[in-house]
Amino acid sequence: MSQAKIVKVSGSLVVAEGCLGARMYDTVRVSNEKLMGEIVELKGDLASIQVYEETSGIGPGEEVYLTGEPLSVELGPGLIGSIYDGIQRPLDIIRIKQGDFIKRGLEIPALDREKLWHFKPRLKPDSLVEEGDILGEIEETKLVVHKILVPPKVKGKILEISEGDFKIEDTIAKIESEGEILEIKMFQRWPVRRERSTKEKLPPTEPLTTGQRVIDTLFPITKGGTACIPGPFGSGKTVVMHEVAKWSDAQIIVYCACGERGNETADLLLTLPQLKDPYTGRPLMERTVVIANTSNMPVAAREASVYTAVTIAEYFRDMGYSVALMADSTSRWAEALREISGRLEEMPGEEGYPAYLSTRIAEFYERAGKVVCLGGDLRIGSLTVMGAVSPPGGDLSDPVVQATLRVVKAFWGLDDRLASSRHFPAINWLLSYSLYHENIREFLAKNISEEFTELKQKAMKILELEAELLEIARLIGIESLSSQERLILETAKSIREDFLHQNAFHEIDTYTSLKKQYLMLKVILELHQISEESLKKGRDLKEVLELPIREKISKIKYILEDRLDEFRDLEEELKNERVSDHL
Amino acid sequence: MKEYLTISNISGPLVIVERVSDVKYAELVEVEFLGGQIRRGKVLEVDRDKALVQVFEGTQGLDISASKVRFLGRTQTLGVSEDLIGRIFDGKGFPRDGAPPIIPKERLDIHGFPINPQARDYPSEFIQTGISSIDGMNPLVRGQKLPLFSGSGLPHIKITAQIVCQAKVLGKEEKFSVVFGAMGITFEEANFFIKDFKETGAIERLVAFINLADEPAIERISTPRLALSCAEYLAFSLGMHVLVILIDMSFYAESLREISAARKEVPGRRGYPGYLYTDLATIYERAGRIKGKAGSITLIPVLTMPEDDKTHPVPDLTGYVTEGQILISRELYRKGIYPPIDVLPSLSRLKDKGIGKNKTREDHSDLLNQLYACYAKGKEAKELAVILGEAALSDLDKLYLKFAERFESEFVAQSERENRGIQKTLDIGWDLLRMIPERELKRVREEFIKRYYHEAKDQS
Repeated sequence: MSQAKIVKVSGSLVVAEGCLGARMYDTVRVSNEKLMGEIVELKGDLASIQVYEETSGIGPGEEVYLTGEPLSVELGPGLIGSIYDGIQRPLDIIRIKQGDFIKRGLEIPALDREKLWHFKPRLKPDSLVEEGDILGEIEETKLVVHKILVPPKVKGKILEISEGDFKIEDTIAKIESEGEILEIKMFQRWPVRRERSTKEKLPPTEPLTTGQRVIDTLFPITKGGTACIPGPFGSGKTVVMHEVAKWSDAQIIVYCACGERGNETADLLLTLPQLKDPYTGRPLMERTVVIANTSNMPVAAREASVYTAVTIAEYFRDMGYSVALMADSTSRWAEALREISGRLEEMPGEEGYPAYLSTRIAEFYERAGKVVCLGGDLRIGSLTVMGAVSPPGGDLSDPVVQATLRVVKAFWGLDDRLASSRHFPAINWLLSYSLYHENIREFLAKNISEEFTELKQKAMKILELEAELLEIARLIGIESLSSQERLILETAKSIREDFLHQNAFHEIDTYTSLKKQYLMLKVILELHQISEESLKKGRDLKEVLELPIREKISKIKYILEDRLDEFRDLEEELKNERVSDHL
Repeated sequence: MKEYLTISNISGPLVIVERVSDVKYAELVEVEFLGGQIRRGKVLEVDRDKALVQVFEGTQGLDISASKVRFLGRTQTLGVSEDLIGRIFDGKGFPRDGAPPIIPKERLDIHGFPINPQARDYPSEFIQTGISSIDGMNPLVRGQKLPLFSGSGLPHIKITAQIVCQAKVLGKEEKFSVVFGAMGITFEEANFFIKDFKETGAIERLVAFINLADEPAIERISTPRLALSCAEYLAFSLGMHVLVILIDMSFYAESLREISAARKEVPGRRGYPGYLYTDLATIYERAGRIKGKAGSITLIPVLTMPEDDKTHPVPDLTGYVTEGQILISRELYRKGIYPPIDVLPSLSRLKDKGIGKNKTREDHSDLLNQLYACYAKGKEAKELAVILGEAALSDLDKLYLKFAERFESEFVAQSERENRGIQKTLDIGWDLLRMIPERELKRVREEFIKRYYHEAKDQS
């Protein structure tokens, strides 16, 4: 292959000639600084390259080295607990090598080559294996058992496999595949822009519990589902994302901070190792991978970062785990696409975004799902994808929001007005939706209660009625409402303040289990029903609203998870209320 | 060094030079005019033997046939040393105060490098600005970037000058300096700042980069970068705590739009380039703290919102990068309240880690939330009173209405020279809260009610 040379440099876009034989999305190294780039357009022997690093000081005539390989990530033990930039370079090693600022031209392997891992085989020599079979296990952290899978396109008989301490490049097994003897290592490479293969996709049926009441109860997401969370700045997108990353019951969390604030990312990096997993008591970092490409890091790497993240997430899904991926914010990713598209002088679509924006967004979210993994044991894994969207001015007609809404099934719309009245999470209950209620109905009936779904519908109905009634009250005054209607306003207020409002910074309130959510909603709605009956019997509204139990209900969010029996006392009290009413 | 006489095209601030060789992207350029006058520029794009050059000081008077272009073989840098302190430069980094240029110890690339997120330390030290509506309600912490959103005709200049003069960290004597970057402000405004800095002694610890409204818009592109490179040197090499003021970012963004339009790029919203977010982020994100380093950069960008519209691309994208915003309100200004800061739409995202026991005072967070809630209720009551008349309000609503008025006139309002300590700010807050019955104060813990609502009252 002839030596390729730069002919044009414009920001992060470099054009090189002499690239015959290069393929789309192959990676290249640019100039003697060996800046990493990716081919995004080919015209004759000219290749347009998006460079993942700063290009100042680079000029025509300098060399470009073709690698013939697409942009790939390394998948193997060592991923958990790592913090990578958009193209999977470990930020801690970069810091050791280059200091506090990120310079360029550094090539660092994503996984530690020296570290020893204890490998325990699950299969014996002479077993027949195919792609995706679990060869053995490594305890990567106390929370994650890393399963070593048979790599792609391998099918045959195990010749050798042994237990012991290995580095990731050591051979742990030999497999005879189609007459060839293959040495199997503990890691593999996978091109980020290609979805990892699975046997079959299944409809998701199990909720992903996030511990956030407004999400889990009113707008749930499933393991294997998709959600988006759009909102203007200051409405608390990132806080919701962080909360979900901390408390959701997925086994693996991949957090992609894509084009966001450095200080916020630092906050996440500093708090994750200190926070304890509510299910096991171990540090949350032991189940988390972070991709951090902040807004001032190179824009092309930002474009790649969501793919890097989703590929790592898929890899863990393939081991049979439930994985949750958070991308904050996909708007920044879309803007990176727009910037690169602009430099390629492509014809723009809406708002300057490239015409293929919605295709790219759809492709990304479609990588979520509950699947039957490759391999003989038919294990089930799931990948849930949640993306924050930051539309300009909070305007939901923004092309990125619209393209996202077409593919995601749960929509958590953040509301500036709620945020400014300090109602957090500022998820607007009238605007948001989830299409997963039916999917998880059975799960909830079996694991929580038969009536949970019904309660949710009731609560939603009251909230909707509240909006209507408030509208009427605004027009003709609150006096025009009947006692029954006033009661609905009171209950709606209670649902809003005692249930939906949740303080992320309060140690108890920050997480609520599904069981507790159910119990909370139940007492609120039961009180409503009792009050309604009392009114019908002719009791005075004022009297009903001053029932002492209301005071207690305003504090139910602070009931500890291990003392949920306190709800029984409340229910008892409600029952007595009902009895006394009959007298 | 090769000199080229091959300019083929001049359009706005952009020049195309042909038949060049060995030119690098982002390289610094000197353009020599017919009369020998020299202007500087930067390579924006190089395509085979054609270089697209942006001339910082504009292209007026440039001609195609006789002007010479030299490529300097390096990118734009700023020479730095501790002698920078106390100096005033123009928007290109040349002295403006009549003194000779400094002798640099180092030359820094003005674009800087991104801070490794792993190296960042979380901002947690409270900065007292002496302004109650900031310190009490939306406290600023070291390493934060907190913009002032203003409009034309509002006194953001005065507020900025006041912050510069009064800002300090409590209980510590540390090396502290201010870097002032001005883009497109008027001579009068610049003069006001410099006079004020001299009067208050702030000039002793100040470095200023000033590009005036009548100076070439194009050089504004480098002004904030010069200021931040200087700040990075002071903070991370000399270990100082640096407060950076960038005023006015709206003018900066307009210059960016001008170049983008001259390059015939596909425009985004309102003609601003699609990369405005990334570009602003590379400026704002240079603020912060680094683990194990003594210094810090705190950034206060100031911008005027066209028609006070918060959704205009410049404030909007700024809000997406910065950690909150301080909103200057025309309504309060018309009422004669200084500083007219509207605390309701203002926000400081990093406040929680900067306040509380051992930092400001244990009750700060609760008090802040309570004041916010009461003021919000007062404003609501006021709206209601406008529609239905004050007579229609309940007694409690009337109380809140009164609270809101007192809040504006006693808590928010203060004089331009008043440096109000945080203790006093908090005490005024409690003083106002005593108007409201205790049972209404749901955001404050009981112990604080006892200590500050009752006991303090008994003492006074």
